[in-house]
Amino acid sequence: MDEKILYGYTGLFDTPDEIIEAANKTAESKFKKYDVHTPYPVHGMDDAMKLKPSRLPYVALVVGLSAMFGMLGFMYWISTVDYPVIVGGKPFFSFPAWVPVLFEITVLSASIATVVAMIAIFFKFPNISHPLHDTEFMKSVTSDKYGISIDVTDDENVEEAKAFLESIGAKNVTAIYWDNDEANFKNSVLQPKFLALLLVLVIGVSGATYFTLNKLMFMAPFNWMREQAKYIPQEKSTFFSDEFAMRNPVAGTVQRGLLPYKFTKKPEESAALINPLEVTKPNLALGKKKYDIYCSPCHGYFAEGDSRMRGQFPNPPSLHSEKVRNWSDGRIFNVLTDGQNVMPSYAYQLTRNERWAVILYVRALQRSLNAKESDLK
Amino acid sequence: MSSDSLKYLEDISVIEGRPSLRSIDDVISKPLDTKPDKKYYIALAITLSMMGIGGIALIFSLYYGTGMWGNNNPVGWGLPIVNFVFWVGIGHAGTLISAILFLLRQKWRNGIARFAEGMTIFAVMTAGIFPAIHTGRPWLDGYLFPYPNQHGLWVNFNSPLLWDVFAVSTYFTVSFIFWYVGLIPDFAILRDRTKNKIKKTIYSITSLGWRGSNRHWQHYEMVYLVLAGFATPLVLSVHTIVSFDFAVSILPGWHTTIFPPYFVAGAVFSGFAMVQNVLIFIRKIFNFEHIITLDTLEKMNKVILLTGMLVGYAYGMEFFMAWYSGVQVEQFTFVNRAFGPYAWAYWIMVSCNVIFPQLFWFKKIRRTIPLMFVIGVFVNVGMWFERFVITVTSLSRDYLPSSWAYYTPTITDFAILIGSFGFFFTFLLLFTKTLPVVSMAEVKAVTYGAQPTHKDH
Repeated sequence: MDEKILYGYTGLFDTPDEIIEAANKTAESKFKKYDVHTPYPVHGMDDAMKLKPSRLPYVALVVGLSAMFGMLGFMYWISTVDYPVIVGGKPFFSFPAWVPVLFEITVLSASIATVVAMIAIFFKFPNISHPLHDTEFMKSVTSDKYGISIDVTDDENVEEAKAFLESIGAKNVTAIYWDNDEANFKNSVLQPKFLALLLVLVIGVSGATYFTLNKLMFMAPFNWMREQAKYIPQEKSTFFSDEFAMRNPVAGTVQRGLLPYKFTKKPEESAALINPLEVTKPNLALGKKKYDIYCSPCHGYFAEGDSRMRGQFPNPPSLHSEKVRNWSDGRIFNVLTDGQNVMPSYAYQLTRNERWAVILYVRALQRSLNAKESDLK
Repeated sequence: MSSDSLKYLEDISVIEGRPSLRSIDDVISKPLDTKPDKKYYIALAITLSMMGIGGIALIFSLYYGTGMWGNNNPVGWGLPIVNFVFWVGIGHAGTLISAILFLLRQKWRNGIARFAEGMTIFAVMTAGIFPAIHTGRPWLDGYLFPYPNQHGLWVNFNSPLLWDVFAVSTYFTVSFIFWYVGLIPDFAILRDRTKNKIKKTIYSITSLGWRGSNRHWQHYEMVYLVLAGFATPLVLSVHTIVSFDFAVSILPGWHTTIFPPYFVAGAVFSGFAMVQNVLIFIRKIFNFEHIITLDTLEKMNKVILLTGMLVGYAYGMEFFMAWYSGVQVEQFTFVNRAFGPYAWAYWIMVSCNVIFPQLFWFKKIRRTIPLMFVIGVFVNVGMWFERFVITVTSLSRDYLPSSWAYYTPTITDFAILIGSFGFFFTFLLLFTKTLPVVSMAEVKAVTYGAQPTHKDH
């Protein structure tokens, strides 16, 4: 068995008066590495030990103020720079409305920082391997006795400490030794246990994250309200005999403001229709836009029948022909609405007005190649 | 000992008799050292069943949506918000006892502070459930915090509902820290007492290596003072901000400046009543009668009487202001409260909160346990109805008569309310068997002969 290293000596006292007196004497002695252990804070002990006032309030002050100004800057940046939204007619920088949040953040940060500073910096905790732990001395001073411990680890004349404790009236003066295992313990991040713990953590956290983001969020009821008690287009329904959720309008339904087209399959009769649009700049612009989108792929940008389809669809004849030029607007409207030969109907792509606007534009194109005498003046 | 010092000791003696320091440890840690008896399991079974009822109602609510509740236009807040304000209010006694009474040097707080703080934490946890579920999709509540999200959106710092998020989460965190700091020396006591190896390991970790060193006590006391200094304005701010949820809106009956102090007084009122109710059982069951003395309970009853009168004053002042302001809608709202369709709730509130606590003027009643218990229960019933009256009457009849409607909570609403009580009391029961419900270190500091007599001074 290895020789144990001496930590120091401890002594016990029975009453608060005795411990105050003993602390007074120890503070005046040559032993500087001593401590007083009490089950509860004893009044006047700080004076007896001649301790300087705790500096922890400064931690609270500095952290609290920094957090407050930091939060103010953060809120300022959010509300005036990154995402300015007018709320209730208030200015972007509406300080009075921010006071509650600033207060809460100040208190929160200062409280956490003070407690963390106390535990980690001022106490150097957690420290559960201190040699005083698990001794009879510690069991007494956390319950009903008052004790003094003197740390002589680096001292040479250790007997003096023992004699001193006895001289000030301490009872049960005991030597305390370092625990060899604890004293020689070396912390290393490469310990297998620690690495195994890390591995379990990594697998656990990434697995949980994957499950949450890729599986859980798509299960009911977390699925973003995708499952709702309603029918969406194309959905099946068991309620109707044809099993369609979508219903056709009742026979004879007329769309609001639009009478049905009367000349389906009656091209000759349609010639009587009159273009309701006037030749204005916006109408022509609308016509050009729709012509370029829907007509130009086959008819060409200038209605010359120069298709861009490269033979994938039959080329239509030129619209500058005598025949088309002599058609009335109504007759062309019939072609757009009904289709003709291989040309399909464009009634779904173009509204009535848009079809009439396209006709105006086609007329303008025709006139550009076959201008009248009067146009040249 | 000189006669002066004896006088001093008598002043601070809030613990009856002269228990030795070790006997204090023994009696307080007894519930932790012994196996729970049959009664404990029966109580736990009851609270767990209540929690189960609430849990089932909650699962239904989440699966089928908030349509399971009575909330609808125009009463969109309904029971979830009533319960939220009620539970946050219950949570106000703990920090008041541990922080404000600490700053006021009220030594009698030492025996009840730990338990009241525990109740604060559990009450705030219970309260937190309600706004979370009231959003309808609580798994998206992370959006309530300002973090750089994928939408590029930020929260609205001008909204009282957001202030609430910050206030309640700060309150919970600071209360929890306060509680834990208080527990550290007690964990050390338990660590050094226990013979059980598992318990020893747990207490060693939770006590962080506390050695009772005065070099530590010095900082510890300073931190306790700093935290009490922070918690005092914090506890007042939390219910102030809860009242802003109402007062910052423009609804008649809500848009008043009296709300913050009125809400804080009400919160302390209901919180003290709840703490008093539970302590009556705790001191009896665990034989803490000499630590949580009848004097302490009497002092709590005095606080209940005072805050009850503050609340009563607020009720009266609301009517006065409605009349004095000359605003017709405001006047209608208050007449409607007292004589409208919710008159039954209003008069339950007034009788429980204003009339019954007046019995505490009699010393005999203040010191009779069954009577004070009954009045405490009345106070909590009354305070629940106060939140109901405020939330529901104003919403159900606002400016536009065509949108008026009567609000009726559904069975799911009540099941969640029952569940919240189950949740709270389950935590409370577990607390009594896992942690020291009275602070051993703090109680020792105020026992007879615990402080030096300062003969040299």
